[in-house]
Amino acid sequence: MSDSLLFQVLGTAVLALPALLLAILGIALLVDRPWSESAIARWTEASVVTALVAAVGVLGMMLVTGDRELSLELGSLIAIPSEHFHFRLKFVFDRLSVPFVILSLVLIGTVGAFANRYLHREPGYGRFFLFYAVFLLGMVVASLAGTIETLFLGWELVGLSSALLVAYFHERAAPVLNAQRVWSVYRISDAAFLLAAVALHHVSGAGDFESMTGTGLWPDAKATLTSTQALGVGLLLLLAAAGKSGLIPFSGWLPRAMEGPTPSSAIFYGALSVHLGAFLLLRVSPILERSAVLCGVVVVLGLATAVFAAIIARVQSDVKGALAFASLTQVGIIVAEIGLGLRYIPLIHIIGHACLRTLQLLRAPSLLRDYHQIENAVGRRLENHEGWFEGLLSGPLKLRLYRLGLDRGQFDAVLDRFVVAPFTRVFRWCDGMERRWTDFLAGTGSRESDRVPASSPMVEEL
Amino acid sequence: MSGLHQPWLELCVLIPVLGALVVRFTSRPESARRRSLFVCSLTLVCAVAAWQDFEFLRVREAHDPEDMMIWSIGGRLLVVDELSAPLLPLAALLFLLTHLATLRTKVREFSFARSLVSEAILLATFSSKLPWLVGILLAAGVIPPYLELRKARKPTRVYVIFMGGFVALLVLGQAILAIAPDNSGFSGVAVVLLTAAVLLRSGIAPVHCWMTDLFEHASFGTALLYVSPMVGAYGLVRLVLPVAPTWVLSAVALVSLVTAIYAAGMALVQREARRFFSYLFLSHSSLVLVGLETATPIGLTGSLSLWLSVSVSLTGFGLVMRCVEARTGRISLLNFHGLSSQVPGLAALFLLTGLASIGFPGTAGFVGLELLVEGVIQAFPIAGAFVVIVAALNGLAVMSAYFLIFTGRPHSSTIDLRIRPSERIAVLILTALILIGGVFPQRGVDTRYRAAVRLAQPHADLGRSHLSKTQETGSNIEPAVALTAHARNARPAQLLDPASARLTVPPQP
Repeated sequence: MSDSLLFQVLGTAVLALPALLLAILGIALLVDRPWSESAIARWTEASVVTALVAAVGVLGMMLVTGDRELSLELGSLIAIPSEHFHFRLKFVFDRLSVPFVILSLVLIGTVGAFANRYLHREPGYGRFFLFYAVFLLGMVVASLAGTIETLFLGWELVGLSSALLVAYFHERAAPVLNAQRVWSVYRISDAAFLLAAVALHHVSGAGDFESMTGTGLWPDAKATLTSTQALGVGLLLLLAAAGKSGLIPFSGWLPRAMEGPTPSSAIFYGALSVHLGAFLLLRVSPILERSAVLCGVVVVLGLATAVFAAIIARVQSDVKGALAFASLTQVGIIVAEIGLGLRYIPLIHIIGHACLRTLQLLRAPSLLRDYHQIENAVGRRLENHEGWFEGLLSGPLKLRLYRLGLDRGQFDAVLDRFVVAPFTRVFRWCDGMERRWTDFLAGTGSRESDRVPASSPMVEEL
Repeated sequence: MSGLHQPWLELCVLIPVLGALVVRFTSRPESARRRSLFVCSLTLVCAVAAWQDFEFLRVREAHDPEDMMIWSIGGRLLVVDELSAPLLPLAALLFLLTHLATLRTKVREFSFARSLVSEAILLATFSSKLPWLVGILLAAGVIPPYLELRKARKPTRVYVIFMGGFVALLVLGQAILAIAPDNSGFSGVAVVLLTAAVLLRSGIAPVHCWMTDLFEHASFGTALLYVSPMVGAYGLVRLVLPVAPTWVLSAVALVSLVTAIYAAGMALVQREARRFFSYLFLSHSSLVLVGLETATPIGLTGSLSLWLSVSVSLTGFGLVMRCVEARTGRISLLNFHGLSSQVPGLAALFLLTGLASIGFPGTAGFVGLELLVEGVIQAFPIAGAFVVIVAALNGLAVMSAYFLIFTGRPHSSTIDLRIRPSERIAVLILTALILIGGVFPQRGVDTRYRAAVRLAQPHADLGRSHLSKTQETGSNIEPAVALTAHARNARPAQLLDPASARLTVPPQP
C-alpha cells in the first residue's frame, strides 16, 4: 500500500469512526431501540481506540516520511463553482492538529472507560454516551479542521454537547439553569466565530487556512492579511476563544458547568473544551502575528484571566469549583503565551495541563472520601495552611480580594444587570404595548394565553 | 414551455378539493382523519411526481400536458418552475404530517375538510405564476382560518382587520398595475401597495399582530399550516421582486431585518408556548425575506434553501408543541414541566427541529444559513452581522424552550404519555429530512441555485441596461442606484459581459 493511500485510510478512519459511533447511538435512540450498557461501552471503546490507533499511525507516517503536513480532502459539503462558493471538508494533519487530536482521543477514551463504571445503571447512561459521541466528533473535527468553516462545524458540536451535559441531571432546576447560562455564552462565542469566518472569506477570498495564513507550514506560516484586517478578524476570533475558554468576562460559566457528572466535567471543562479557545488562537496564530495590537490584547486578556482565576480559585469551597478556576488560571497563562508569540510551549502546556486536570477531576470524588477518612482517623479537621503569597498581603487587601473571589468578580451580576435586564425590560415593554394594541383592535381581552396556568395540569387532571 | 408527462399539477389541486368534499360528509371524526390522511398522501405523491417530472424535463418551466387536461383552462394556468417545484411536495408534506400528528383528543377541534381546502388553495398558489391568479389565490387563502375562528366563536376582529387590509392592498396594487402605463408614477405606487400587502401577509413588524393573534385563537394545526409554507415570501417573489426598484428591495430588507431582530427578542420574553412559537417563526421567516431582497445568486440561494429548511424544521417544532399540548393543555413558559422522561422521543425531535431551524451543523438549516449570511454580507455588509445575531438569539430561545418544557423537574403521570405510532412516523420522517438535508445538501442547493439565478436575472438585466444608458448619456447619476444590492459590489465589466447569461458574483480580491 502506498503512503498516500495508507494516509487516506488512516485519516478517514480518525474522522469516520466518531461519526459512526454517533450514528449508531443516535439512530438507536431515535427508533426507540436503545442499546444495552455493555453494547454502548463496546461500541464506544472500539471506535475511540481504533480512531486513536489510526491517529497514532498518521503520526508515525509523518515521522517516518518527514512530512510536516498532510491534507485530507473529503470533497465539498456544498459547492457553487460559478459563485466561487465552496464549503470544503478539508482536514489537515500537522504539528498542531496531530498532537491535539491524539490528546483528545486519549482523554476522551479514558473518561469513557471511567464513565462506564461511574454511571453504571444511571437512567441517563445512554444519553450521556450520546452527548459524549457528539463531543468526540466535535473535538476530532475541530482539531483536524483544514478550513475555518469545518472548524466552526466542530466548534458548534462541542458547544451543544457541553451545554446538554451540564443539564445531565435534568430533573433538577439548577443544572438546567446553569446549562442555559453556558449555552448563552457559547452562542455569543459562536456568533463571533461565524462573523470572523465570513469576514475571512471576504478578506482572503477563501476559507481554508492555507489561504488565510499565506504560504508556509504551521507555525511558520505567514498571513497575507493587512494589519488592520488582522486586527478586525483577530478580535472576533479572540471573542470566540474567550467565550469557549471562559476567559474574562465570560468566566462565570465555568463553575456553573460543574453541575454535570464528574466525567463530563473532567473532559469538557477541565481538559479539552476549555482549551479549545487556546487551540483556535494557535491555529490562527499567523493572523495574530500580523498585528502587534492584537497580540497585546491577547496577552493582557490572558494574564488578567490568570490573575483573576488564581484569586477566585483560592476561595472556592467545593473541589470541582476550585479545580475549574485552577484550570482557568492555566488557560489564561496559555493564552498569554500565545500572545507573546510562543507556539510549541503553549501546545505542550495544553497537553500537560489537560492530562493533569483530567486526573484531578476524576480523582475528586474519591479524594474527598480519602480526606474524610484521614480526618476521622486523626479525630479533627485537617489544618488549612496559609500560602506564601497570602502572607505577603495586608489584612484589608486580603479581605477585599476575598470578597472579589467570593463574588467571582461580579462578572455575571454585571452581565445580568447591564445586558440581560435591559434587554428583557425593553422587550417586555414591547410585549405590553402589543397587548394594548391587540386588545384595542379586538375590543376585548385578546390573549387567551394569559389564562394558561404556570404549571399545566396533566392529562388525568383535565 | 414544456408539458409534464401527466397532469400532476391539476391532480395536486383536485385531489384535496374532492377529498375535502368526501371528508366534509364523513360523520365520524376518526374516519374523517383516516380519509384525510389518504387524500394527503395521494396529494403528496402527485406533488413529488410533479417535482421529479419537472426535474427530468430540465426546462425553465412546465405545465400540465394539454391533451390530458382535466380542466380546460387549468393546464394553462398552472405551471411549475425551479422556484415552485420543491415547494409543492413541501406544502403537501406539511399538511400530511400535521394530519398524521393529530391525536384523537384533537380530531374534533381540527377540521380536516377545511384543512384540505387550504391545501388545495396553497398548492394552486405555488403552481401559479400569473400575478392576478397569484393575487386571487393569496386572497382566497385567508378564508379557511377565518371560518374556523367563526365556527369556534373566537374573536376575529384582529384577523379580519389585518387580512382585510392585505386583500385590499393586493387588489388595489394589482388593479393599478393593470391599468397604469409602464414607467408611470402609478406603477411605482402599485409596487409599493403590493409590497405592503405581501409584507402584511408575511407578518413584518409592525403589522405582525395578526400572527400572534391567530396562534392565540385558532387551533395550533390551522395556525401552523397558515404560516409555515411562507406564502407571503412566495407573493413577494412573484408579485414584487420582478418589478420592484432597488430602493424597494432595500427597504424591504431593512424592515425584514428589524422584524427578525424584534421577533427574536420577543420570543425570548414570551410566557406561553404558542406565542413563543409565532415569534420564533416570524424571526426565521423574516430572515428568508432579508435573503430574497439581496437579489444576489448567493443570497437568494441561501434564502430559498432556508425557506425549505425553516418550513420543515419549524413545522416539526410546532407539531411537537402541538403533541405536548394534546397531553398537557396550553404550555406555560413560566415554569419547568420536566416532560422529557415521559416523552423522550418528542423531546429529541423538539431539540433536533429547533437546532435545524437555527442552522446547526449537520442539519438541513446549516447550509442555508451559511449561504444567507454570505449573501447578505455581500449585499449589505453591516446587515450580515445582524443576521448572525438573530441566529444567536433564536438559538437561545430554542434551547430555553426545550429546557422549560422537557426538563427542570421530575414528572410522573399515571397515564401513558408516550409517543403514539402515528406521531412516531411523523417524527421519523422529519428527522430523516432534517439529517439527510444536512449531510447531503448539494442537490438541494443546486436546485435552489438555479431558481436563484432565474430570480436574479431581471435585476442583472436592469442593472446592465441602466449602466449602458448612463454610459451613453454621460449622466452623472451613480449607476449603482439602479443596480441590485449585489451589483453594487460588482465591477461594470463583469456585469456587462455579454457572454454571461446571468449575473455573476465577482471573485473576491
